[in-house]
Amino acid sequence: MSVDTLTGMPRPAAARPAAAHSFRRPTTEGPLAKAILITIALGFLALFLVLPLIAVFIEAFRKGAGEFLAALGEPDTLAAIRLTLTVAAIAVPLNLVFGVAAAWAIAKFEFKGKAFLTTLIDLPFSVSPVISGLVYVLLFGTGSVLGTWLKAHGIEILFAVPGIVLATVFVTFPFVARELIPLMQDQGTGDEEAALSLGASGWQTFRYVTLPNIKWGLLYGVLLCNARAMGEFGAVSVVSGHIRGLTNTMPLHVEILYNEYNFVAAFAVSTLLASLALVTLVFKSFLEYRYGDEIAATAKH
Amino acid sequence: MDVSIRSVSKEFDGYPALHDVSLDIRSGELIALLGPSGSGKTTLLRLIAGLERPTAGAIFFGDEDASHRTVQERNVGFVFQHYALFRHMTVAENIGFGLKVRPAANRPSKREIRRRASELLDLVQLSGLEDRYPSQLSGGQRQRVALARALAIEPRVLLLDEPFGALDAQVRRELRRWLREIHDRTGHTTVFVTHDQEEALELADRVVVMSRGRIEQVGSADDVYDRPNSPFVFGFIGDSSVLPVRVENGKLWLQDRFIGIEVRDVPDGPASLYFRPHDVELLDGGGGCIAGTVTASRRVAGTRRVELEVGGARERVEIELPVDHPEAANSRISFRPRRWKLFPASGGTAALSATDDGSAGKADEAELMLAASL
Ligand SMILES: Nc1ncnc2c1ncn2[C@@H]1O[C@H](COP(=O)(O)OP(=O)(O)OP(=O)(O)O)[C@@H](O)[C@H]1O
Ligand SMILES: [Mg+2]
Repeated sequence: MSVDTLTGMPRPAAARPAAAHSFRRPTTEGPLAKAILITIALGFLALFLVLPLIAVFIEAFRKGAGEFLAALGEPDTLAAIRLTLTVAAIAVPLNLVFGVAAAWAIAKFEFKGKAFLTTLIDLPFSVSPVISGLVYVLLFGTGSVLGTWLKAHGIEILFAVPGIVLATVFVTFPFVARELIPLMQDQGTGDEEAALSLGASGWQTFRYVTLPNIKWGLLYGVLLCNARAMGEFGAVSVVSGHIRGLTNTMPLHVEILYNEYNFVAAFAVSTLLASLALVTLVFKSFLEYRYGDEIAATAKH
Repeated sequence: MDVSIRSVSKEFDGYPALHDVSLDIRSGELIALLGPSGSGKTTLLRLIAGLERPTAGAIFFGDEDASHRTVQERNVGFVFQHYALFRHMTVAENIGFGLKVRPAANRPSKREIRRRASELLDLVQLSGLEDRYPSQLSGGQRQRVALARALAIEPRVLLLDEPFGALDAQVRRELRRWLREIHDRTGHTTVFVTHDQEEALELADRVVVMSRGRIEQVGSADDVYDRPNSPFVFGFIGDSSVLPVRVENGKLWLQDRFIGIEVRDVPDGPASLYFRPHDVELLDGGGGCIAGTVTASRRVAGTRRVELEVGGARERVEIELPVDHPEAANSRISFRPRRWKLFPASGGTAALSATDDGSAGKADEAELMLAASL
């Protein structure tokens, strides 16, 4: 029998299990509220994300796998895939370097114009992609000084690969920086100072201390940046000129095929883009699953 | 390694964090920088380390001017307030980091680094934790790893910023003793920052008391406690009570009452009388004492603290009595400080400049120790 420590009186034994049973953590909702919230969330996801994704695949395979493969094997399609990969291969590393540099500057130094730089980094997010494309048309178009000069020297920017790369870089540059800035600000300069005081050079400090501290954020930023670089439509559409087999990226190619009522081909290329998104997600989940402890330790430490 | 700080000032965007600080640290000494928050302790420590650059002045390591040396070149061991352990490295990798990043010519082999790390872990009494990550350690253990990491580079000077600041009282006391042992064994010149006076007085060979970007006093625990050279130090170290008094012909007056203390060589005028609440003798009224009405009486551990209202201006002072003292129950108490110090009348800067031109030194000479007559 338990004895109440305060009064010294025997406590009725039945009262305690009952009390324990009815106790619910204050932050936990009732079962009904839980069910409703889960249903809403899952229903929304199914309706807006899963259904369209399934539809894409169904449309692509409507006339069978043979037709699907044939559509992908077409030279123009192959050219579009190649161009998309090329653009991403240039834009992503550029933004990786830029993003780390910008995040480093913003998070670890105090300088004039820092707030302005932070706002500027967000610009591509806040401005419509079409405008982002138009900026380059104005900058390098035949009417502009720069455009005329470049043309005279035989360098094509607009309606050529360089223009597409520029527009893509512009649209995707916030991804890495945005991911890193809060992370690096949160971590401060303590670890770097510790490394320097132990005799490490600037590069060693970056290599052994800063980089490992930000690697998960960096990887995530790069994944997002890559997904967007391959999927960007608006800005690229303005500067590309839609020359088949030359300046068409995959998203642009999908549009052209669709407008030509070539639905199987359009959706076949779409499946590639959709798969890219899925692969990105799976890759990210895998990393979180495989290195979850380390990521959590990095985040909370 | 002797460290000499010569007239160092530091400004942050025009805000002076240190004014003209000079300090000589002898080789092998354990020195505490003690002061209230914002007094510039961390700033001074970071200047010694080379993590900040002085606005003016120079810092010498031995005979060499280190002012323009980088933090890497100074070879100091710095233990940060929040440890700053590398979270993605194991304990052994953390400790070995300073050796790993050495230029190839004098970098020990991997095995040698690992051996050194284990050796240091033994020293800080954490043997067997080589492969843990910092997140798997307790606060006290992290603190020790941080110290081992700083010791690994065989630093010329060891600098610790509030080494025990984030730990609970029990662990602090343990680590304090332990740090003293390590210091005695390794003999590193060590400077540590603290705002805990007990820690500073107990641990350090000499204590540097800082306030508002200046060094107020440097001395042993006895010096700063028994012979404080400024009102600030008197008030900051240990308990203190103050009374505004007047000097007239070498006698101290509280309003119209002579309080039974005579001084020599002190100019007439207002002054502040500082004394320790426990260092008083009770008298039975009459002349030549300080008399007050009891306004509050509190039991604090082994003693009783009595708050008195003194004189017409109702100045409040605190004195400490033995718990069983018969007078403690009275409503009126007369006493006289057994030991005291007189500083020229308050008004912070006036007192400070008085310290500089030596008139506080006269007050020093005037210090009396009245024979205990209890
Ligand atoms: N990087 C900085 N930029 C601007 N002001 C600073 C900087 N570092 C310190 N200060 C200022 O210098 C003064 C001294 O700071 P410091 O950190 O040395 O104090 P402290 O004695 O270590 O205090 P605490 O006990 O709170 O750590 C403070 O007023 C602080 O605001
Ligand atoms: Mg500090």
